[in-house]
Amino acid sequence: MSIIVEANRLKAYYMTRSYGVERTVQAVDNISLQVQAGEVFGIAGESGCGKSTLLKVLLGGFRPPLKVIEGSVKYRFDNVETDALIINDASRRDLSWNKISYVPQGSMHVLNPVRRIQDIFHDFISAHRPMRKQDSIEMTQNYLRDLGLAENVLTAYPHQLSGGMRQRVTIALATILSPKLIFADEPTTALDVVVQRGVIQLLKEIQQKEGSTVVLITHDMGVHANLANRIAVLYAGKIVEEADTRTILQNPRHPYTQYLIKSLPRLDERTERVSIPGRPPALDNPPSGCRFHPRCPLAMDKCRTIDPEIMNIRPGHRVACHLVTEETSHATT
Amino acid sequence: MTTLKDLFRFSPSFRIGAIILILVLVLIGLSFFSPYEPDATRAVPRNKAPSAEFLLGTNSNGQDVFWMLTFAVRNSLVMAGLAVLIGRGIGVMLGMISGYVGGTLDRVVSSIVDSFIVMPRLPLLILIASIMRGQMTMVMLGVMLGLLDWAYPSKRYRSQILSLREREFTQTAVFAGMSTLKIVLKEHLPFLIPFLLADIVSGFLFAISFEVTLSILGLSDLGTQSIGTMIYWGNYYNALLSNRLWILAAPIGASIIIVIGFYLMSLGLSTFLDPRTRLERLQVKG
Amino acid sequence: MQQPNATLLHAEDLTKIFNIQQGFSSKKFHAVDKATFSLDANQPEIFTIAGESGSGKTTLARMILGMERLTSGVLRYKDRNVAELSGSEKRSWFFKEVQPVFQDPFATFSPLKRIDHYLYETVYNYKITNKAGADDYINGVLNEVGLSLVEIKGRYPNELSGGQAQRVSIARALITRPSLIVADEPVSMLDASLRMSIVNMFRKLKDDHGVNILYITHDLATAYYTADRIAIMLRGWIVEMGPVERVLGEPLHPYTRLLKQSIPAADPDKMWTENVSLTAIESEGQHRGGCKFAGRCPAVMDICRKKEPPLILHQERLVKCFLYE
Repeated sequence: MSIIVEANRLKAYYMTRSYGVERTVQAVDNISLQVQAGEVFGIAGESGCGKSTLLKVLLGGFRPPLKVIEGSVKYRFDNVETDALIINDASRRDLSWNKISYVPQGSMHVLNPVRRIQDIFHDFISAHRPMRKQDSIEMTQNYLRDLGLAENVLTAYPHQLSGGMRQRVTIALATILSPKLIFADEPTTALDVVVQRGVIQLLKEIQQKEGSTVVLITHDMGVHANLANRIAVLYAGKIVEEADTRTILQNPRHPYTQYLIKSLPRLDERTERVSIPGRPPALDNPPSGCRFHPRCPLAMDKCRTIDPEIMNIRPGHRVACHLVTEETSHATT
Repeated sequence: MTTLKDLFRFSPSFRIGAIILILVLVLIGLSFFSPYEPDATRAVPRNKAPSAEFLLGTNSNGQDVFWMLTFAVRNSLVMAGLAVLIGRGIGVMLGMISGYVGGTLDRVVSSIVDSFIVMPRLPLLILIASIMRGQMTMVMLGVMLGLLDWAYPSKRYRSQILSLREREFTQTAVFAGMSTLKIVLKEHLPFLIPFLLADIVSGFLFAISFEVTLSILGLSDLGTQSIGTMIYWGNYYNALLSNRLWILAAPIGASIIIVIGFYLMSLGLSTFLDPRTRLERLQVKG
Repeated sequence: MQQPNATLLHAEDLTKIFNIQQGFSSKKFHAVDKATFSLDANQPEIFTIAGESGSGKTTLARMILGMERLTSGVLRYKDRNVAELSGSEKRSWFFKEVQPVFQDPFATFSPLKRIDHYLYETVYNYKITNKAGADDYINGVLNEVGLSLVEIKGRYPNELSGGQAQRVSIARALITRPSLIVADEPVSMLDASLRMSIVNMFRKLKDDHGVNILYITHDLATAYYTADRIAIMLRGWIVEMGPVERVLGEPLHPYTRLLKQSIPAADPDKMWTENVSLTAIESEGQHRGGCKFAGRCPAVMDICRKKEPPLILHQERLVKCFLYE
């Protein structure tokens, strides 16, 4: 397995000055992760945890007030390593959509309302691979057919399609050039449940067919359960736990992850579910030590002052928690 | 208050505009200390060029141009202010009420608004003024200008209210028990303030420019000093032809500067209020 | 003989038809089609109306709140016809009894006004207390939702988090001690972990204060957790209605089954086995006489395409489907 994108000790902050007050929002604080080629890597977290910022930095091309203070982001395509933070715009354009593609949140608004779907596809394809209109239409037809999407959408305008169909067309548009790496940002939020299922299934199909890598960012654990191979849980700008999907859902070790999983409503029981007390911290003034300690029922003294490093407690399972690290080292001695 | 300070800091056009208007206000203030009455003629030697004694020279009526200008600016702005008050006042109230209430009231008011909009204002004013020749005071002119300038902006307020009416917080206000008038005034009016401010500026511009036009044609109250009447009397005594440019330069220059001042202020204000530029202002340099 | 005032809310054949302009012609769009249900005055409950977008659930909620005029049908609240209430009767009585909670807490309040302004307005306009007692009263209500007056006084909506703002919205609705709260997607804009706390609060309000809650949502998981009874809506029809454990536990209507199956379970052992087929063109599946689900139903029969299915009482609930005739 080879690594396709890697972040190393990444720190990205928003630095602003307004009305004479300087403010630093530590949105991404010392994050390291590795995504293997061909897997679906899920990034889970609630609003305010920094996942949108992490995505912006991974994609590159962001502007002030967002700045990368430390760390690196590297891509590896065909054994060629590229540093994502220092490449110029031309190389970035070359990478985008050919190798890297992005499905934005609310992608339904991405389609040009005054162009037919086939024209939108043609504009897009020919911008990266010059070809005649007939060829691009044929390519689009074949692709949509392969994905099980009705071909009659080609001659329609975006507003004539249902919301779910627009979303799936946008996903098809983002993936038709077979990019190796796809970033999907909350692809199912605000969609009806049946449509959501269609979108998830489509993403799964594309990923399995092309063997592409998908980095899936969403707060919805149900979506992760159906798509992701590995999940990294983000809290207040840091990764608190990372493991394969089954472990995260059935055997989480970090107190935050445990709370998160326990608080999900399930369709087979109506017993009272516990909710996490308190609120996620504001990232311009995070708590000292472990950022979860004010809400953690198991907080120790050490947690208030020392920020836990993320440690491998088993191969393929890392957790950033003093208690878990201690338990693990006791178990091995 | 912090918004005003911010405005001053970031918007060069607002700064310049504000400075100009402050100067104008100073000028108006000075008019109360004028050593001469506005209608006193032959108070000073006639047709003298600008000098240390007479800052802007004197005109053919034997009046000091500088002190007459202070009166002129005061009268023009007061008249324009009256026009704006009446015009925008009517415009806002009618626009908001017809937009919120809707139904037949809205349809009736909208037809009235539309008929006012298509009215040719300048020819109408000229007609009225010539019929009333000699009996039109500045106050009457202000009122008439106000009555002619309320229609177009009221359409904009109405459309704003129409969209605000559909927003959820309007429903919250309804369920909080607020009456229609209260909702329109307390909930919706704050959203209209940016438009109102820009509108006030354009109202001033409209009033001043129409007054000047009428006065140059000799149709307004020629006994009172205003920017337009100064120009009229200057032309009457052939200031241009006899090379006494200062008599005309003063009122013309003043009107240009006032218009520019108002315009720059509104430009600065609207750029400042634009949410897209906010993010740029927040950046920490370097 | 039914006792008067035993029914809190009775909706009978509520229908709302919109005229949609399409070029020079206009089409009739049945947003809500003959919806019928009632709430018991003596037994406070949480009644959920669930459906996808376009099902008509929000329009139905607006009709019950008096915000949308009925095209036909009768809506009675405490035995009075809501459509016949005058404007002042609405302000002095109906709005005291029935209060809304909207989906987006940041749209519920004007961004230009401090958030406590709405709390005070509600207290003053309904003359709940005098000026002196307002602070205490408001603080009391805020405590019920887990907040306090000192936390939110003088703050603008954008200074609060989504969860806090939504709690304030609920507190505002509670000020008049309404008998019915109509909550339209109250938790869909909040994070998953916050939803539980809000939804738990609804359950507590029903148990401790006897408030009836009409809970509108597309999220069946929270519906199952919160509701006592549930009505499933599909394009204006109520297709299944009954106790929530029955309807969602063993769904009868094929659409309810599809909805239940499509919920992504946070369990890797429960992934979907089949792919779902979705409508592609918006106008597809428009009502052409017959059952509105006929185009997508796995159990569709000939009669389904021709006649409107009747509402049948089967296994403790009402189902609108020929399968159970």
